[in-house]
Amino acid sequence: MYRSLFPRDVFAEMDRLQRDVQQAFDLSPSIRGFARNGFPALNVGGTSKTIEIYAFAPGVDQATLEVSLERGLLTIAGERKSPLPDAQSKVAVHINERFEGRFRRALTLPDDADPEAVDAKLRDGVLHITVQRRASAQPRRISIQ
Amino acid sequence: MRNDVQTTTSNSARSGTASQDRSRYSDTALTPPVDVIEDANGITLYADLPGVSREKLNLHIESDTLTIEAESDLTVPEGLASHHTEVGLARFRRVFTLSKELDTEKVSAELAQGVLKLRIPKAEHAQPRRIEVQVA
Repeated sequence: MYRSLFPRDVFAEMDRLQRDVQQAFDLSPSIRGFARNGFPALNVGGTSKTIEIYAFAPGVDQATLEVSLERGLLTIAGERKSPLPDAQSKVAVHINERFEGRFRRALTLPDDADPEAVDAKLRDGVLHITVQRRASAQPRRISIQ
Repeated sequence: MRNDVQTTTSNSARSGTASQDRSRYSDTALTPPVDVIEDANGITLYADLPGVSREKLNLHIESDTLTIEAESDLTVPEGLASHHTEVGLARFRRVFTLSKELDTEKVSAELAQGVLKLRIPKAEHAQPRRIEVQVA
Protein backbone atom coordinates (compact mmCIF):
# COMPACT_ATOMS: atom_id res chain seq x y z
CA MET A 1 0.00 0.00 0.00
CA TYR A 2 1.28 3.42 -0.89
CA ARG A 3 1.41 5.90 1.93
CA SER A 4 2.42 9.44 1.38
CA LEU A 5 4.87 11.16 3.67
CA PHE A 6 3.13 11.09 6.98
CA PRO A 7 4.02 12.78 10.20
CA ARG A 8 3.90 10.35 13.06
CA ASP A 9 3.25 12.61 15.91
CA VAL A 10 0.18 13.04 18.07
CA PHE A 11 -0.06 16.77 17.50
CA ALA A 12 0.53 16.50 13.78
CA GLU A 13 -2.11 13.80 13.61
CA MET A 14 -4.55 16.06 15.41
CA ASP A 15 -3.80 18.83 12.92
CA ARG A 16 -4.43 16.43 10.08
CA LEU A 17 -7.71 15.33 11.63
CA GLN A 18 -8.77 18.92 11.99
CA ARG A 19 -7.92 19.55 8.33
CA ASP A 20 -9.85 16.49 7.25
CA VAL A 21 -12.89 17.62 9.20
CA GLN A 22 -12.63 21.04 7.63
CA GLN A 23 -12.39 19.47 4.22
CA ALA A 24 -15.48 17.40 4.88
CA PHE A 25 -17.41 20.62 5.41
CA ASP A 26 -16.08 22.11 2.20
CA LEU A 27 -19.25 21.76 0.15
CA SER A 28 -17.86 22.75 -3.23
CA PRO A 29 -14.49 21.10 -3.80
CA SER A 30 -12.75 21.18 -7.14
CA ILE A 31 -14.21 18.88 -9.81
CA ARG A 32 -10.84 17.09 -9.94
CA GLY A 33 -10.95 16.59 -6.22
CA PHE A 34 -7.44 17.82 -5.49
CA ALA A 35 -7.28 14.87 -3.17
CA ARG A 36 -4.57 14.59 -0.63
CA ASN A 37 -2.17 11.68 -0.38
CA GLY A 38 -1.80 11.38 -4.12
CA PHE A 39 1.54 10.89 -5.78
CA PRO A 40 3.41 13.11 -6.18
CA ALA A 41 2.55 15.16 -3.12
CA LEU A 42 2.00 18.80 -4.08
CA ASN A 43 2.68 22.08 -2.39
CA VAL A 44 1.24 25.11 -4.12
CA GLY A 45 1.95 28.71 -3.33
CA GLY A 46 2.20 32.03 -5.00
CA THR A 47 3.96 35.33 -4.97
CA SER A 48 2.72 38.53 -6.59
CA LYS A 49 4.62 37.64 -9.81
CA THR A 50 4.57 33.86 -9.95
CA ILE A 51 2.71 30.70 -9.02
CA GLU A 52 4.99 28.10 -7.50
CA ILE A 53 4.23 24.40 -7.56
CA TYR A 54 6.40 21.84 -5.80
CA ALA A 55 5.80 18.21 -6.69
CA PHE A 56 7.55 15.72 -4.41
CA ALA A 57 8.46 12.96 -6.83
CA PRO A 58 11.54 11.15 -5.55
CA GLY A 59 13.05 8.49 -7.76
CA VAL A 60 11.13 9.51 -10.85
CA ASP A 61 13.21 9.39 -14.00
CA GLN A 62 13.26 12.74 -15.74
CA ALA A 63 12.63 11.00 -19.08
CA THR A 64 9.27 9.65 -17.93
CA LEU A 65 8.16 12.92 -16.41
CA GLU A 66 5.65 14.93 -18.40
CA VAL A 67 4.42 18.37 -17.48
CA SER A 68 1.76 19.94 -19.65
CA LEU A 69 -0.34 23.02 -19.46
CA GLU A 70 -3.52 23.16 -21.42
CA ARG A 71 -6.27 25.71 -21.02
CA GLY A 72 -5.19 26.58 -17.53
CA LEU A 73 -4.91 22.96 -16.40
CA LEU A 74 -1.46 21.90 -15.32
CA THR A 75 -0.86 18.16 -15.49
CA ILE A 76 2.08 16.30 -14.01
CA ALA A 77 2.39 12.72 -15.21
CA GLY A 78 5.06 10.08 -15.18
CA GLU A 79 6.04 6.67 -14.01
CA ARG A 80 8.05 5.39 -11.13
CA LYS A 81 9.63 1.99 -11.50
CA SER A 82 9.43 -0.34 -8.56
CA PRO A 83 12.65 -1.78 -7.15
CA LEU A 84 10.68 -4.77 -5.94
CA PRO A 85 11.63 -8.06 -7.53
CA ASP A 86 9.20 -10.14 -9.50
CA ALA A 87 7.21 -12.81 -7.77
CA GLN A 88 9.46 -15.65 -8.91
CA SER A 89 12.63 -14.55 -7.16
CA LYS A 90 13.52 -15.86 -3.73
CA VAL A 91 13.36 -12.68 -1.74
CA ALA A 92 11.06 -11.44 0.97
CA VAL A 93 9.40 -8.03 0.86
CA HIS A 94 8.96 -6.95 4.47
CA ILE A 95 7.73 -3.40 4.01
CA ASN A 96 6.22 -1.98 0.84
CA GLU A 97 4.96 1.56 1.32
CA ARG A 98 6.50 3.43 -1.58
CA PHE A 99 4.45 4.39 -4.58
CA GLU A 100 5.01 2.50 -7.79
CA GLY A 101 3.62 2.73 -11.28
CA ARG A 102 2.14 5.49 -13.38
CA PHE A 103 0.80 8.66 -11.90
CA ARG A 104 -1.05 11.77 -13.06
CA ARG A 105 -2.09 14.78 -11.08
CA ALA A 106 -3.73 17.88 -12.37
CA LEU A 107 -4.46 21.25 -10.94
CA THR A 108 -6.19 24.33 -12.24
CA LEU A 109 -4.07 27.43 -12.40
CA PRO A 110 -5.50 30.86 -11.67
CA ASP A 111 -6.68 32.95 -14.62
CA ASP A 112 -3.67 35.22 -14.58
CA ALA A 113 -1.20 32.38 -15.17
CA ASP A 114 0.86 32.87 -18.31
CA PRO A 115 1.05 29.57 -20.26
CA GLU A 116 4.01 30.89 -22.22
CA ALA A 117 6.19 31.41 -19.17
CA VAL A 118 6.43 28.08 -17.39
CA ASP A 119 9.67 26.83 -15.98
CA ALA A 120 10.22 23.36 -14.48
CA LYS A 121 13.26 22.09 -12.59
CA LEU A 122 13.88 18.67 -11.09
CA ARG A 123 16.33 18.48 -8.22
CA ASP A 124 16.75 15.84 -5.51
CA GLY A 125 13.39 14.36 -6.42
CA VAL A 126 11.45 17.61 -6.16
CA LEU A 127 9.90 19.05 -9.29
CA HIS A 128 9.61 22.80 -9.00
CA ILE A 129 7.33 24.48 -11.51
CA THR A 130 7.22 28.24 -11.73
CA VAL A 131 4.43 29.87 -13.71
CA GLN A 132 4.67 33.60 -14.28
CA ARG A 133 1.59 35.70 -13.76
CA ARG A 134 0.65 37.95 -16.66
CA ALA A 135 2.01 41.44 -16.30
CA SER A 136 -1.43 42.97 -16.67
CA ALA A 137 -2.64 41.06 -13.65
CA GLN A 138 0.17 42.11 -11.38
CA PRO A 139 -0.73 44.60 -8.70
CA ARG A 140 -0.08 48.17 -9.76
CA ARG A 141 -0.09 51.28 -7.81
CA ILE A 142 -2.37 53.80 -9.42
CA SER A 143 -1.18 57.31 -9.13
CA ILE A 144 -3.76 59.91 -8.31
CA GLN A 145 -3.66 62.97 -10.48
CA MET B 1 6.69 -13.75 13.65
CA ARG B 2 9.07 -10.92 14.10
CA ASN B 3 10.28 -9.05 11.08
CA ASP B 4 13.98 -8.55 10.64
CA VAL B 5 13.55 -4.86 10.31
CA GLN B 6 10.80 -3.45 12.37
CA THR B 7 9.36 -0.02 12.50
CA THR B 8 9.33 1.74 15.79
CA THR B 9 7.59 4.92 16.60
CA SER B 10 9.73 7.67 17.90
CA ASN B 11 8.11 8.36 21.21
CA SER B 12 10.31 10.96 22.71
CA ALA B 13 9.11 12.52 25.90
CA ARG B 14 7.25 15.69 25.17
CA SER B 15 7.07 18.64 27.42
CA GLY B 16 5.63 22.09 27.11
CA THR B 17 2.16 23.30 26.34
CA ALA B 18 0.32 23.35 23.05
CA SER B 19 0.54 27.11 22.88
CA GLN B 20 4.30 26.91 22.40
CA ASP B 21 4.04 26.30 18.71
CA ARG B 22 7.73 26.22 17.92
CA SER B 23 8.75 23.73 20.55
CA ARG B 24 5.71 21.71 19.64
CA TYR B 25 7.05 21.08 16.17
CA SER B 26 10.75 21.18 16.92
CA ASP B 27 11.11 17.40 17.05
CA THR B 28 8.30 16.62 14.67
CA ALA B 29 9.29 14.95 11.46
CA LEU B 30 7.67 13.24 8.53
CA THR B 31 7.91 9.48 8.33
CA PRO B 32 9.27 8.67 4.90
CA PRO B 33 7.68 5.69 3.13
CA VAL B 34 10.09 2.79 2.72
CA ASP B 35 10.46 -0.52 0.93
CA VAL B 36 12.40 -3.23 2.71
CA ILE B 37 13.49 -6.26 0.72
CA GLU B 38 15.43 -9.20 2.06
CA ASP B 39 17.42 -11.62 -0.03
CA ALA B 40 19.81 -14.39 0.94
CA ASN B 41 22.75 -12.03 1.53
CA GLY B 42 21.19 -9.05 3.18
CA ILE B 43 18.52 -6.42 3.37
CA THR B 44 17.93 -3.53 0.98
CA LEU B 45 15.99 -0.52 2.17
CA TYR B 46 14.64 2.23 -0.07
CA ALA B 47 13.36 5.44 1.48
CA ASP B 48 11.71 8.42 -0.19
CA LEU B 49 13.44 11.60 0.92
CA PRO B 50 12.43 14.27 -1.59
CA GLY B 51 14.47 17.45 -1.53
CA VAL B 52 17.23 15.97 0.59
CA SER B 53 20.82 16.49 -0.48
CA ARG B 54 23.74 14.35 0.69
CA GLU B 55 24.90 16.95 3.20
CA LYS B 56 21.55 16.98 4.97
CA LEU B 57 21.20 13.22 5.30
CA ASN B 58 22.21 11.68 8.58
CA LEU B 59 22.37 7.91 8.97
CA HIS B 60 23.13 6.58 12.37
CA ILE B 61 23.58 3.04 13.65
CA GLU B 62 23.95 2.44 17.32
CA SER B 63 24.02 -1.14 18.54
CA ASP B 64 20.88 -2.47 16.85
CA THR B 65 19.09 0.77 16.06
CA LEU B 66 19.19 2.36 12.63
CA THR B 67 18.12 5.99 12.50
CA ILE B 68 17.48 7.85 9.27
CA GLU B 69 17.31 11.58 9.73
CA ALA B 70 17.21 14.08 6.94
CA GLU B 71 16.27 17.62 6.16
CA SER B 72 15.08 18.86 2.81
CA ASP B 73 16.53 22.13 1.67
CA LEU B 74 13.93 23.66 -0.53
CA THR B 75 14.56 27.24 -1.46
CA VAL B 76 11.27 29.05 -1.72
CA PRO B 77 11.03 32.48 -3.32
CA GLU B 78 10.58 35.44 -1.10
CA GLY B 79 7.05 36.44 -0.22
CA LEU B 80 5.58 33.05 -1.03
CA ALA B 81 2.06 32.62 0.26
CA SER B 82 1.14 28.97 0.60
CA HIS B 83 -2.21 27.93 -0.86
CA HIS B 84 -2.12 24.18 -0.54
CA THR B 85 0.33 22.13 1.50
CA GLU B 86 0.71 18.38 1.53
CA VAL B 87 4.29 18.25 2.71
CA GLY B 88 4.19 20.55 5.69
CA LEU B 89 7.48 19.70 7.32
CA ALA B 90 11.01 19.77 6.01
CA ARG B 91 12.36 17.08 8.27
CA PHE B 92 12.30 13.31 7.94
CA ARG B 93 12.96 10.74 10.60
CA ARG B 94 12.52 7.01 10.87
CA VAL B 95 13.96 4.46 13.23
CA PHE B 96 14.39 0.74 12.66
CA THR B 97 15.48 -2.03 14.96
CA LEU B 98 17.99 -4.29 13.25
CA SER B 99 18.44 -7.92 14.06
CA LYS B 100 21.73 -9.41 15.14
CA GLU B 101 22.62 -11.36 12.03
CA LEU B 102 22.97 -8.11 10.08
CA ASP B 103 26.48 -6.75 9.67
CA THR B 104 26.23 -3.11 10.66
CA GLU B 105 29.92 -2.55 9.82
CA LYS B 106 29.32 -3.05 6.12
CA VAL B 107 26.30 -0.88 5.46
CA SER B 108 26.42 1.02 2.18
CA ALA B 109 24.18 3.93 1.25
CA GLU B 110 23.37 5.73 -1.98
CA LEU B 111 21.22 8.81 -2.41
CA ALA B 112 19.93 9.63 -5.87
CA GLN B 113 16.98 11.79 -6.93
CA GLY B 114 15.66 11.95 -3.40
CA VAL B 115 15.68 8.19 -2.88
CA LEU B 116 17.96 6.59 -0.32
CA LYS B 117 19.12 3.06 -1.01
CA LEU B 118 20.59 1.32 1.97
CA ARG B 119 22.20 -2.09 1.78
CA ILE B 120 22.78 -3.99 4.99
CA PRO B 121 24.56 -7.29 4.36
CA LYS B 122 24.21 -10.28 6.62
CA ALA B 123 27.19 -11.28 8.69
CA GLU B 124 29.33 -14.12 7.29
CA HIS B 125 28.13 -16.63 9.83
CA ALA B 126 24.53 -15.78 9.05
CA GLN B 127 24.81 -16.42 5.31
CA PRO B 128 22.72 -19.34 4.19
CA ARG B 129 24.52 -22.64 4.15
CA ARG B 130 23.46 -25.86 2.69
CA ILE B 131 23.48 -28.55 5.27
CA GLU B 132 24.53 -31.92 3.98
CA VAL B 133 22.29 -34.72 5.00
CA GLN B 134 24.25 -37.84 5.75
CA VAL B 135 22.73 -41.17 5.04
CA ALA B 136 23.15 -43.36 8.06
